[in-house]
Amino acid sequence: MPELITFILAGAIVLVGAVGVVLLRHPVHAALSLVATLFGVAVLFVAQDAQLLAAVQVIVYAGAIVVLFLFVIMLLGVDEADDLRVEPLVAQRPLAVAAGVGILGLSLVSLFVAGGATGASSTLLAPDPAEANIAQLGRLLFTEYAFAFEATAILLTIAVVGAVMLARRPPADAGPEPLAPTSDAEVTDESEVLS
Amino acid sequence: MDPLYAHGVDLAVVLITLLKVVVAFVFLLVATMFMVWFERKIIADMQHRIGPNRAGPWGILQTLADGTKLFFKEDLLPDKADRRVFRLAPVLAVVPAFLAFSIIPLGGNFTDGDGTVSIFGHRTFLQLADPPVGVLFFLAMSAIGVYGIMLAGWSSGSKYPLLGSVRASAQIVSYEAALGLSVAAVLLVTRTLSTNGIVAAQSGRFIVDWNLVVTGVVPAVIFLIAGTAELNRPPFDLVEAEQELVGGFNTEYSSIRFALFFLAEFMNTVTMSALIVTMFLGGPSGPVFGPEVLRSWLLPLFWFFLKLVLFLFTFVWFRGTLPRLRYDQLMDLGWKILIPLALGWLLLLATIRVAQHEGWPVPLAMAVALVVLVGAFGLLNLSVRAARRNREHEAEVYA
Repeated sequence: MPELITFILAGAIVLVGAVGVVLLRHPVHAALSLVATLFGVAVLFVAQDAQLLAAVQVIVYAGAIVVLFLFVIMLLGVDEADDLRVEPLVAQRPLAVAAGVGILGLSLVSLFVAGGATGASSTLLAPDPAEANIAQLGRLLFTEYAFAFEATAILLTIAVVGAVMLARRPPADAGPEPLAPTSDAEVTDESEVLS
Repeated sequence: MDPLYAHGVDLAVVLITLLKVVVAFVFLLVATMFMVWFERKIIADMQHRIGPNRAGPWGILQTLADGTKLFFKEDLLPDKADRRVFRLAPVLAVVPAFLAFSIIPLGGNFTDGDGTVSIFGHRTFLQLADPPVGVLFFLAMSAIGVYGIMLAGWSSGSKYPLLGSVRASAQIVSYEAALGLSVAAVLLVTRTLSTNGIVAAQSGRFIVDWNLVVTGVVPAVIFLIAGTAELNRPPFDLVEAEQELVGGFNTEYSSIRFALFFLAEFMNTVTMSALIVTMFLGGPSGPVFGPEVLRSWLLPLFWFFLKLVLFLFTFVWFRGTLPRLRYDQLMDLGWKILIPLALGWLLLLATIRVAQHEGWPVPLAMAVALVVLVGAFGLLNLSVRAARRNREHEAEVYA
């Protein structure tokens, strides 16, 4: 019974948040709705005995990634009055609808094929009361799945290096001609913005 | 696990839990009140002033008077504010501050007992919650607390609060890494995340078995510095640098909403001090003697409060003596000194652990680890210098 109540409450938060992300007009409100959704999912994780996953969900997704979204929205000032009729990418909306319906259909089909939701709690990490969830997870990560773990680490490092390279200024020789007076003004403007 | 919940949940268990919630809530509020008064009084002493001296003996009721006054002031809502978010932000600052405190063990005899006390015939820990992810719960709550500051600044629709909140979030996100790495050093030696387990692991000998000594002081110092930055307290209070930003993220707030931010800030200070005590100074453990009531109630509580006040004083001391850092100094300290140092120290501790486990000679392993670490620091230093040279070169070309 407590599990059911938790599930209904957290599920309601997740759904309301998700609908809010789509329907709210202001990007900051939408981002906050996303936080509510992530929080609800974290509660569901706790209900499934996946405490570490819940903590990581809140720390990484709610605490870092959405904060980054908000940073971008606040600093770049995404305009509320963005014209929604202009499509920057041709046919992205029909494709998005198709993908959404497809994913929903696939999950419903897999649910029916599996014979409904089992309602059993965590089977991947057999709940062992003697050993903490995080200890089991750590052991698996550093023994059986060490290769995947290291590969992910390398992937993230490459992503960081790539991001730094993209954010850097263009190399000096590719810059505009410093002698022409008009482009000179442009250059100082740009360096002020960048610094 | 708390032994209170071991035999199922009945009415008595629910009532005891409710009692603990109320006690933790009241304790935190009273500690916050005390801390505001304590800070004003100590700062006044350091500056040869008298400080609050009107309300109650030694002005101890000053905070209560100020709080009551704030309740009855006019609540302003700026024209350009985003109304919903403006109202939500103070709540987002206060609620995580309360929740974070729930994992702190306040008392219980850990020295020659199992840390439990008896309430109405039920054995239980003197802490509100002991989740298996313990310390991570604290980090998660401080991550949520960032939203309060960030949204407050943005929703005010005014430039100084926005600048203050951007500074605050950048600072908190940067120092969270150093904070997390020094926490990892503690987790490495105690082998548990539960705050109760961390205290139990330090309960052997007095001082010698505390994590402060076991982890070799450096993580505790890093935790203290990163924690101060995380709290936006001086010398890391660029967020509310009044000479530059009027009042920072809370400039447009007034009345009870302003009081909530103020409350959250001081509650976080108390929680951070309590967490340092828990992680590095053995929480409530210390010499105990005498009958049961002294042994498992009064003495552990006394030790805990003594250590808590020590750190509260340290934070006030920082504020009274250190000048504010510049923004580039803040970022340099966080990213180029604290994070590499915390990471290096963590690797060193891990090496010692592995050497002990595999039966290698520990001094040799430590020497090799130190040589590797010094090499790594040298490389890091070289790359930082090269990057700076490149930047300066590019700036010259562009100028």
